[in-house]
Amino acid sequence: MHLVYPTVVAALLFSLGVYGVLARRNAILVLMSVELMLNAVNLNLVAFDIRFRDRLHGGQVLTLFTIVIAAAEIGLGLAIVLLVYRNRRTIDVDRLRALSEHETGGDETGGDETGGTGADGAIGRATAAGPVRETAAAGAGPEPRPEEAP
Amino acid sequence: MNGKEIVFALLGVVTVGAGFMVVTTRQLVHAALWLVLSFGALAGGYLVLTAEFVAWVQVLIYVGAVVVLLLFGIMLTRAPIGESADLDSGNRWVAAAVAAATAAVLVTVMVMGFGDTRMPLRAGGGSADELGAGVFRTWVLPFEVLSVLLLASLVGAIVLSRTDIGAAPQRRPGRSARPGPGGGAARPRRTVRPGSGAGADAGTRPGGAARPEDGAGAETGPGGDEEGG
Repeated sequence: MHLVYPTVVAALLFSLGVYGVLARRNAILVLMSVELMLNAVNLNLVAFDIRFRDRLHGGQVLTLFTIVIAAAEIGLGLAIVLLVYRNRRTIDVDRLRALSEHETGGDETGGDETGGTGADGAIGRATAAGPVRETAAAGAGPEPRPEEAP
Repeated sequence: MNGKEIVFALLGVVTVGAGFMVVTTRQLVHAALWLVLSFGALAGGYLVLTAEFVAWVQVLIYVGAVVVLLLFGIMLTRAPIGESADLDSGNRWVAAAVAAATAAVLVTVMVMGFGDTRMPLRAGGGSADELGAGVFRTWVLPFEVLSVLLLASLVGAIVLSRTDIGAAPQRRPGRSARPGPGGGAARPRRTVRPGSGAGADAGTRPGGAARPEDGAGAETGPGGDEEGG
């Protein structure tokens, strides 16, 4: 079997992942694209393990390790995404501009009444599920976008 | 082009096509389901490459766990079920150009570098027997380190997901007395007390006014998404 087949498939899969990471706005879709890239790397590892007939099976064992790391990454990433959603009511990565330099501070829909202290407020409010909900109920906080309503 | 190459090429086409659908579909849930197809076809590719154990681990972990976790994330963030128009960013064409350039460079390098390289496919090279011996003889130290990493990520995900622990929230200055449990409902009423001044109160409000007491945050979570991570 030619080595070209798996490596070309891996290259195409990797570039699809690059496109997804750069072009998607939903944070969960970005995580999915990262998974595509990790799978491309796994395919390369397996293919070169078979190619060099590694006695220690370094490539395949490293593939298993990469899968485990990807699982850990997706768990932590989803926890962070849920935390962002809880605080900001959106996971749109285009609108999370609190750390931007050349824009005004605060997210577009983030509901930062205090203006530029969005990053500090995020840490302070990270433990609170209640605040955004309470203030949203009181009309002082960000209204959830209409398509996000349950 | 023998039989193995044909099978692998077909599986590769399915993998790349499903991956393309993942990054271009307009429905979030469908993206996760296309991801299942892509990973499944890739597992078939591993089987053709005689990496059996990696293929089954791929099916178990990716198709079984990661995609389910992603679907949970989609549900917990209350994503729209139908089509949503704004899944793609405005810089989509720049992203497409970058991805096309990446694909061109990588494919060119791979074809030029390994265009005439053949690899032997012998059955049994990636069985659970061989890989188990490899993991627990040669690679046992990375294996243990990896289990520590998994434990750390587990603890981290729990800490990130829980709402009643974590960093100390910002408190309003000069008001250190905390109400007892159960006082959370009466608390926003007290923030508009005329003694504290309306301007200062509004400025410090997002950090401190809605601080959840331990009992107050538990029942307000719709769907119980605190356990999501």
